Amino acid sequence: MDWLYLLEISLAGIGSGGLYALTALAFVMIYKATKVVNLAIGEMLMLGAYLMFGMASNLGWPIWVAIVAAIIGSGIGGAIVERLAIRPMLGESPISVFMVTVGLSSVMIGLVELIWTADQQRLPEFMPSDPIMLGEAFISPKLFYGFLVAAALIIIALVVFRFWRGGVALRATASDQAAAYSVGINVPRVFSLAWIAAAMIAAIAGIVVGSIGGLSSSMGVFGLSVLVVVIVGGLDSVLGALVAGLGIGLLESLAGGYLGGEFKLLATFSTLILVLMIRPYGLFGTHEIERL
Amino acid sequence: MRIGTAKQSYAHDESLFDTRTQWVWLGLLGVSLLLFPFVVDDYWLYLACLVAINIASATGLNILTGYTGLVSLGQAAFMGLGAYTVAILEQRFGTPAVLNLVAGGAVAMLVGVVVGIPSLRVKGLYLAISTIAASFILHFVFANWSSLTGGTGGMTVPPANFFGIPLDTSFRLYWLIVPVALTMLVCAANLFRTRIGRAFIAIRDRDISAEVLGIPLLRYKLTSFALSSFYAGVAGGLWAYFFRVVTPESFPLMMSIFFLAAVIVGGMGTILGGILGAIFMTMVPEVLKLIVGWLPLGSEGAVILSPVRTIVFGLLIVGFLIFEPLGLQELWRRVRRFFHLWPFRAQG
Repeated sequence: MDWLYLLEISLAGIGSGGLYALTALAFVMIYKATKVVNLAIGEMLMLGAYLMFGMASNLGWPIWVAIVAAIIGSGIGGAIVERLAIRPMLGESPISVFMVTVGLSSVMIGLVELIWTADQQRLPEFMPSDPIMLGEAFISPKLFYGFLVAAALIIIALVVFRFWRGGVALRATASDQAAAYSVGINVPRVFSLAWIAAAMIAAIAGIVVGSIGGLSSSMGVFGLSVLVVVIVGGLDSVLGALVAGLGIGLLESLAGGYLGGEFKLLATFSTLILVLMIRPYGLFGTHEIERL
Repeated sequence: MRIGTAKQSYAHDESLFDTRTQWVWLGLLGVSLLLFPFVVDDYWLYLACLVAINIASATGLNILTGYTGLVSLGQAAFMGLGAYTVAILEQRFGTPAVLNLVAGGAVAMLVGVVVGIPSLRVKGLYLAISTIAASFILHFVFANWSSLTGGTGGMTVPPANFFGIPLDTSFRLYWLIVPVALTMLVCAANLFRTRIGRAFIAIRDRDISAEVLGIPLLRYKLTSFALSSFYAGVAGGLWAYFFRVVTPESFPLMMSIFFLAAVIVGGMGTILGGILGAIFMTMVPEVLKLIVGWLPLGSEGAVILSPVRTIVFGLLIVGFLIFEPLGLQELWRRVRRFFHLWPFRAQG
């Protein structure tokens, strides 16, 4: 048993797990506020990364400006998507809304391929590239800083949603829509807010993921792993998203390191089925009681 | 309800098509299906076969999603199972084509029942995602069980043999694919007039109520999964005979989404919807190809075709869900209603 190897792989796994947790947070935010299962989360990630790529490489803007512009652009995109495609579906069956997001993901993939072609692209480097050593274990610097960004952002998001008025409104809407209406919260605006915030978080995650693994129009596959994360954690649980994010990241990394790359998705999806069998509502999700 | 169909016997009341007009139109359709291969060229025959395969698979998904209300994103993987079964049987043993197709359906059915087991505890989207998981696991099996499936390289399928005639052209395959698809359609249409089909519909409308009424959810949900994946398996078998190459990449998640989209665009929970949806979704890329060909784009055209197709595909799903959730069959019904009531005005 090579302990150093195990340690390095585990660290890499936790690093990518941080990104899963971050994206899962964006997902859970939308789900809690609007009860929409957003299959397009991976594509929102991709769109954010491509926006940054377009502004930094195609337009030649300075990198930090491009990053901020990409995040804002994604937020606007999220608002547009919510207004045009999700709002009209209010009150429809969850399955229809889910299929709308499937359609949206297809549209986003098509747009990206139309503008930037389906070829692999590289984001300009913007993170320090000195190797990071933790004791004797080596961590890829991108993964390390990516994890830091993710952790920082998660903390910021949690603080914001705890203390900011809009965040409180969002949590109120999540826990009881009718009650939120009756205390004067503008619920439709909360829906917009959730989509905008989620799109912005997804864009940041996308920029980090893109700078680690490069850009391609199939980047949305990342979203499938995130889907597993949120199901394992429980669709409506922030804590679940964070714990499951790290767990799935670790699992994927271990499976990839010891069994080979093709076992990554197999491991995550097997876990998913196992969790669904044992705890159908995820590790931390609320078990809904159905009434006739 | 049609005008002027006073039903005077139970047999008449139970019949699938109850007016003479319907039978006349059906007869015309049958004749045109018979004549079709003799008057069109290879391209149209190719499309006809593809449409028939897609209709079979979409109808299977419609049984599960449209009628039982269980969303599945694993239809392509089940087709893959059928295709691999057919490919292996045809390559190794050379058994008769019809037997292979049934075997393909049976294998898909068995796996479908296993995949359906989570449906007892989870519903809706959780279930959809567990079927995604199942399809990834199946993809893994296809790609890594090399001794049986030929690994990532896939396998080639010898042409089906029908009493010594190799079915190796679209023209010859038409006579296998279209009758099989038609048989499956008639079976599906009849299914929903039986106890089983009614139980499916009850489960879709409210599963707890259905259980209270005495419908065993376990048995009927698994039956629905079994039937749906049987359809997918047979369609996959036809697919294998049609394309003659089966690889793990032939049945991506995108294909499952395609079938779900076909069912939605056509209209969930109607047989006609599955048919219209499959035809529409298969023809849209071809029409797009034509349109892009007409536009003065030169070599650009080929480059933008695939992204445009992806965008249109997504827009169709979103557009139909928002503007016409009942799908194409509702449009069709409205047109028909107009003519039924003519010269009076149809309301709604």
